[in-house]
Parts: sequence; C-alpha cells; structure tokens
Amino acid sequence: MADLLNLFVKTVFIENIALSLFLGMCTFFAISKQVKAAFGLGIAVIVVLTITVPLNNLIYNFVLKEGALSWAGLENTNLKFVGLITYIGVIAAAVQILEMFLDKYVPALYNALGIFLPLITVNCAILGASLFMIEKNYNFTESVVYGFGAGFGWALAIVLLAGIREKLKYSDIPEGLRGLGITFVIVGLMSFGFMSFGGILL
Amino acid sequence: MKAISVKETRKLLFTPIVENNPIALQILGICSALAVTVKMDVTLIMCIALTSVVTLSNLFISIIRHYIPDSIRIIVQMTIISSLVIIVDELLKAYAYEASKQLSVFVGLIITNCIVMGRAEAYAMKNPPIKSMLDGFGNGLGYSFVLLVVAAIREIFGSGTFFGMQIMPESYPVNNFLLLPPSSFIIIGIMIWVIRSFSKSQVEENDNPLKAHTFKPLKVKKEVQSG
Repeated sequence: MADLLNLFVKTVFIENIALSLFLGMCTFFAISKQVKAAFGLGIAVIVVLTITVPLNNLIYNFVLKEGALSWAGLENTNLKFVGLITYIGVIAAAVQILEMFLDKYVPALYNALGIFLPLITVNCAILGASLFMIEKNYNFTESVVYGFGAGFGWALAIVLLAGIREKLKYSDIPEGLRGLGITFVIVGLMSFGFMSFGGILL
Repeated sequence: MKAISVKETRKLLFTPIVENNPIALQILGICSALAVTVKMDVTLIMCIALTSVVTLSNLFISIIRHYIPDSIRIIVQMTIISSLVIIVDELLKAYAYEASKQLSVFVGLIITNCIVMGRAEAYAMKNPPIKSMLDGFGNGLGYSFVLLVVAAIREIFGSGTFFGMQIMPESYPVNNFLLLPPSSFIIIGIMIWVIRSFSKSQVEENDNPLKAHTFKPLKVKKEVQSG
C-alpha cells in the first residue's frame, strides 16, 4: 500500500506529466485562459487516463507482449510492433464509449465536459502516459494508480497555470511577448519550480 | 493534374517557417519540442522523423480524401498516421538505435503531435495531393526550424559543443540552466517575442480590462473634488 502511495506522489509531483515530461502541451496552452474551462478539461483528462492506462496495460500484458498469447496456444508471437496503433485505437474507442455513456446516464457531466472529451483523443498526455506505463513495466494495480496520478498531476498543472493567466490579464506586457510568449516563460518558471520536488526521497 | 507554379511552391514551402510557424503562431506540436532539444544530433533525427511523417501523411490522406466518410475521418487519419509512425519507429530502431533509445516515447508521440493531425484536418482533406505534400513538408520545416534553433542555443551555450564538437573555449563552464528541460520554454518564449517584433500582424490583442496605457487619472481627480 505504501508503495502505491509513493507511486502516486511521485507521479503527481516529481514526474508531473505536464511540467516535468512536457506532455499535452498543445491543449495546456490553448485552454488555460480561464480556471473554469481548465478545471473541466482537467477532470476529463483524469477520467480518461484512469480508464485507458489500465486498459492498455491489460492489452499489453495479455496480447502484445512477447509470449503473451500463450493462453491462446501461440507461444512465439511478439506483436509489440503494432503497439502504437493499438494503444491509440483503444484510446479513441474508450473516449467514444465514455462519451456515449455519459450522454445517456450522466448528462450533467457530459454537458460540463462538452467538446473537451473528443479533443482528448489527440492529447499527447493520454498516449504518453500509456507509453511510459509500458516502458516502466507497471503491473495492473500500479497502472491504475499511475493513470490516476498522471491525470491528477496534469489537471493540477493546468488549473495552476489558468489561475496565473487570469491575474496576468491585468499586467502590462511588452507587445510581442503578450499572450503566447509570456505564457511560455511562465510555464518555464513553473516547470523549474516543480523540479525542486525532484529532491524528495521516497 | 494541374502543374503548380514555382511561386506557389515557394509560398507553400516557406510561409510556415516564419510567417505562419506551427509552433510559434499556431501553438501546435510543442510537446516534443521541449523534451528532445538538449543535443543537436538527437534533435535532427526527431526533425527528420516528424517531417517525413507529416509529408507522407498529408500525401496519403489527400489521395484518399474523397473516399473518407466525414463521420469517421479522425479514425482514418489516425490509422494512416500511426502506421507511418510505426514504420519510422522500426527504421530508427534498426539503423539509429542509440538515438531511438534517447528519444524513447517521443517518436511514438508523433502520432498525437498536433502538427500532423492539424495539417491533415485543415489542409490535406481539402487540397490535391502534390500541394498537400508540399504543405506538409513546409510545416515540417517550420517545426524543424524552431527545434534546431532551440537545440543549437542549448547545446552551444549549455555544454559548449555543437554536434558533439567542442566549439567554446575549454574554460567555458557547463551552463546547467540551459541543460535543464524547462529552459526550452523560456527560449521559445523569447523566440516568439523576436518573431513578433518583426511581423507585427502576429501580435495578440491587448485584452487587459484596465487598458493600462489609456488609463486617465484626470477622472479620479474630479471625483475627489466633488466628494
């Protein structure tokens, strides 16, 4: 149990998926002008990551890994090379199903998430988390914690940035740096800040 | 098929480099721009990989654009792009194993790189194959331009080398600030500033509700007097 808690803290702070690994940056910059929108997107990312990372973990361990198909009588197959296309397929399908499910049973949440859900399919944070999970060889339980932690870290980062940008609106910034430029510099500084978590020993 | 004039070719190829740069103006594909820019050689491989994927995906998507049903176009585009990325990934593993180890998951992440999807959706779905291919190549170049400049700054001033060769004097200390990944955010931020001071049309509107420069202290004075 302590191991899982450590993994969670590590994923949220030390290896924050947005500020240490720089994933999902396109949406990170595009949808961080208001805290409300950023919060909605953050929740959507948490939900999708918590579902897709464990799902891809199962698929990797029981279908794609070398010798993983031995339960079907195929001892020597190694399907690793179709990995990328499978993961993205799983993510696209999971997002689609989630969208239909929410539309039918939880319309309030569906309306709140709005266009963010389909957008998430092409967010590199989602695919990136799955790829990192495979590279680090997590088991199923760990992958659940990792998926949730990665989503939580990303949501935390985007809400923080949106908070700063809401205040930043009132400052007087040189013409060329206004908007995107200053946002880049701020994210750089935030990222330096998050690097100090690297000193935490777990 | 109608031949494309030289002028048009040049326009397709070179506007994405400065005027309509995918990273600096369209905010696309930044994710990989940050993590892979410590060393020139790794960055160059990443740029070649991305440019070839975006060129070919634009070409193939444009060829079959009339047969793709509108409702499932994202999935179709994604399948084409991920097949191309798998080919690039396998080629890298076979011929440039060291670099592919260093790039780790970032080659796979070309699939979700917004430049590739964005160009497929915005350009290749509407335009003939050769033009789409040139557009893809141009955008690949725009991406490579930013990445290579960032990588050059970080490698020359960070570790004092260029493509692994020592170019700064031996006494030059290693600048750890530039070797850390977050510095690339700040470098790109400053690059955007430079680009925008040359082409004013890219400057974003001032949405400051206080409008600092137009603030009139006169009005305040009046209120004080009347009160």
